[in-house]
Amino acid sequence: MDTTQTKDIYTEEFLINMGPQHPSTHGVLCLELKLDGEFVKECTPHIGYLHRSMEKIAENRTYTQFIPYTDRLDYVASMNNNLGYVMAVEKMLNLEVSQRAQYIRVIVAELNRIASHLIAVGTFAQDLGAFATPLFYCFREREKILDIFDQICGNRLTYNYMRIGGVQFDFPKGIDEKIKDFVKYMRPKVDDYDQLLTYNTIFLSRSKHIGVLPKELAISYSVTGPNLRASGVKWDLRKDEPYLVYDKFEFDIPVGKNGDSWDRYKIRIEEIRQSLRIVEQAIGALPEGDPTVKVGRIHKPSSSGIYFRTENPRGELGFYIVGDGSVCPYRLKIRSPSFSNLAVIPELVKGLKIADLVCVLGSFDILMGEIDR
Amino acid sequence: MRPDEVFAVIRAKFSEAKEETGTNGIIIPKESLLEVSRYLKNLPLAFDNLHCITAIDRKEKMELVYTLYSIREHHGVTLKTYLTLEDLNVASLSKVWKSANWLEREVYDLFGVVFLNHPDLRRILNPYDWKGFPLRKDYSHPELIAKPRL
Amino acid sequence: MLSILGFIWMLIVGLIVLGFIAGSAMFLIWMERKVSAHIQSRFGPMRVGWHGVLQSIADAVKLLLKEDIRPAGVDKLVWWLAPFVVVVPSVMVFVVIPFGKSLIVKDLNVGILYIMAVSSVGVIGIFMAGWGSNNKYSLLGGMRSAAQIISYEIPLVLSMIVVAMQASSLSMQKIVAAQSGHWYILHPNLTLAFVVYLISATAEVNRTPFDIPEAESELVSGFHTEYSGMKFAMFFIGEYTNVFIISAIATTLFWGGWNGPILPPVVWFLIKTYGIVFILMWARWTFPRVRVDQLMGFAWKALTPISLVNLAITGWLLLR
Repeated sequence: MDTTQTKDIYTEEFLINMGPQHPSTHGVLCLELKLDGEFVKECTPHIGYLHRSMEKIAENRTYTQFIPYTDRLDYVASMNNNLGYVMAVEKMLNLEVSQRAQYIRVIVAELNRIASHLIAVGTFAQDLGAFATPLFYCFREREKILDIFDQICGNRLTYNYMRIGGVQFDFPKGIDEKIKDFVKYMRPKVDDYDQLLTYNTIFLSRSKHIGVLPKELAISYSVTGPNLRASGVKWDLRKDEPYLVYDKFEFDIPVGKNGDSWDRYKIRIEEIRQSLRIVEQAIGALPEGDPTVKVGRIHKPSSSGIYFRTENPRGELGFYIVGDGSVCPYRLKIRSPSFSNLAVIPELVKGLKIADLVCVLGSFDILMGEIDR
Repeated sequence: MRPDEVFAVIRAKFSEAKEETGTNGIIIPKESLLEVSRYLKNLPLAFDNLHCITAIDRKEKMELVYTLYSIREHHGVTLKTYLTLEDLNVASLSKVWKSANWLEREVYDLFGVVFLNHPDLRRILNPYDWKGFPLRKDYSHPELIAKPRL
Repeated sequence: MLSILGFIWMLIVGLIVLGFIAGSAMFLIWMERKVSAHIQSRFGPMRVGWHGVLQSIADAVKLLLKEDIRPAGVDKLVWWLAPFVVVVPSVMVFVVIPFGKSLIVKDLNVGILYIMAVSSVGVIGIFMAGWGSNNKYSLLGGMRSAAQIISYEIPLVLSMIVVAMQASSLSMQKIVAAQSGHWYILHPNLTLAFVVYLISATAEVNRTPFDIPEAESELVSGFHTEYSGMKFAMFFIGEYTNVFIISAIATTLFWGGWNGPILPPVVWFLIKTYGIVFILMWARWTFPRVRVDQLMGFAWKALTPISLVNLAITGWLLLR
């Protein structure tokens, strides 16, 4: 066919709506795609389908009454959300927390990080087409973690475990044996995932060099968490601005080289391994004491605004709280990691195919609960 | 650098910056916001990361809080500026830091602050045809919002 | 008189074949669910019958009773006809599959050519489903599928020709008879042909890792998004019948067909066929999916040259 003929073929751009109900947008996200055949010309995300106006509700609840709401932000990693919020309030009140409570908080937060990364890895593999097998294996491991949490605080998904000044219950008897057994059980399983997925030819060709996020773009868009580390920036709040007792433990920060989807997946697998190390060290060094709360439940802090951020599995979760001396906060702003992570995606997917768009979206590991609040 | 050192550097260039007592915030008037941000982004302060934009409805004025961090130099600063309720316009920082794009859209959606020269100022969390700005203090529907039982 | 008897015999044979197809599809659906469940460390159907054997019958009854939804705006004739165009060629291939020494409907002396010709018609049905559904996702699925199936026809046909050359015949029974000494899989050039055949056949029937036309995570359900009830059941049965057919052809061409000691030939044939079906299912639940352009690249740049070279080598070996 010579070139004059191809100019006369009439082609049209194709507008397709991916979502809000779609098997692989993680939650209710609507992506408006302009397609040219298989290639994405433009991508516009529409969010807000899960907006529950948590920040407005916070102005009418006491500080303790708001803790269950923070569970529902990033509902897969509830312990980390609770932790961020209570630590922000404790910073406002200058409260001291007992050593045992701090160690318990670290153990529980790291176990929840493992559970959250398992979901990320399993659903990423499912989006690429390994239809359900890695997902079932990851969920089987996650069941063990949820059983441990069930015994600690009675819930499997939204824990409501942290309190301002400590935690709600102490560890029951025998739970440290269970946690040690879990760490021993989990280590070979992570090697299993490596063998099944990480170096598989099809997996590599689907995710290597797809959705490369350059360093400067990531920092400018304020991308945080494993996505930032995959682009080559060695930044982790647990090491760079340590909170709780993280400075007492030895662990590495995995950093990627290229910033593509395979790197983001591999970093999460490595982080599972590092979290297992932290849990092992913490459970071995758990001090005695009473971690439950001794201060009352009503607090009346007064401050013109403090900001505190913690390292969530998905990035940096920040709370900006303004108190005016009454029992409810005057303003509570939640800075969620997935909100800023999602903002990068329209720029990354220009020129990719639909299959690659699904891969990039899965590798960023966003969660609509915390985007929409 | 420590926060007071950062403040000293900013004060040297912009004499209208004031330090807020009690916190690490730096108050600047809204007209110099864009210049201050450009200055902060370049070396030696190297604030490469706009982390969070918040607005607080202080009833007679609107307070805007910008949280900036530097990954290279490991320090952070909080910029605050005040807007009067009749003139809720401020320059947009989306050319300086790309994360400002969505963060400013959220502030516009919830508070009604208009950011000048923003590439795409639409609502982001509420539906596109929503009336009113929910997080303002005078937006009250008592039948919808229950007070806490203590 | 004889022609009426012949006609009645033809009807009886047709009914037996259709019955076998239905039963085999139901068995394969149960087998897939059990195999996938055990690979994923769970159990699968356990309640309906012993270990869930009657689950397929329950599913069939459910699909029969389901409401047949026809979306407004579909191209009526094309949309309605598509499931038939997909299923009928698969059923037609059963005419030449040798189940035993004389258990074959009709031993055409152009058996392989007949198979290749008839099974190519199926792709039109998929494309009709994609177009007629009036749905952008289905259209994408249909177009991808057409490209995929046409590309993988070539290595498939080339690998089957190698066997025909070795046996000097296109007839299925003669190929089986030529393997009564030792099976074709033991020749190295035919092992290569078997590998190429298996990969191409997986792509032909849209199974993972080549199931892009029905890629659930990208296109909801691809070309059969808009089908429900019995029409969906026809696509489903068509897919599992195709799986059986390609395994049966692989058994006949490479693994000796119904040859084997002691047990009756039919049993040997079924054992070998279901063994290859198991391998296909195992691959489905282990690997992720290949992307469209990588799939085409693989067919044209890797499989086709390998099968052409294999053809040349076989020719040289036979003429020596």
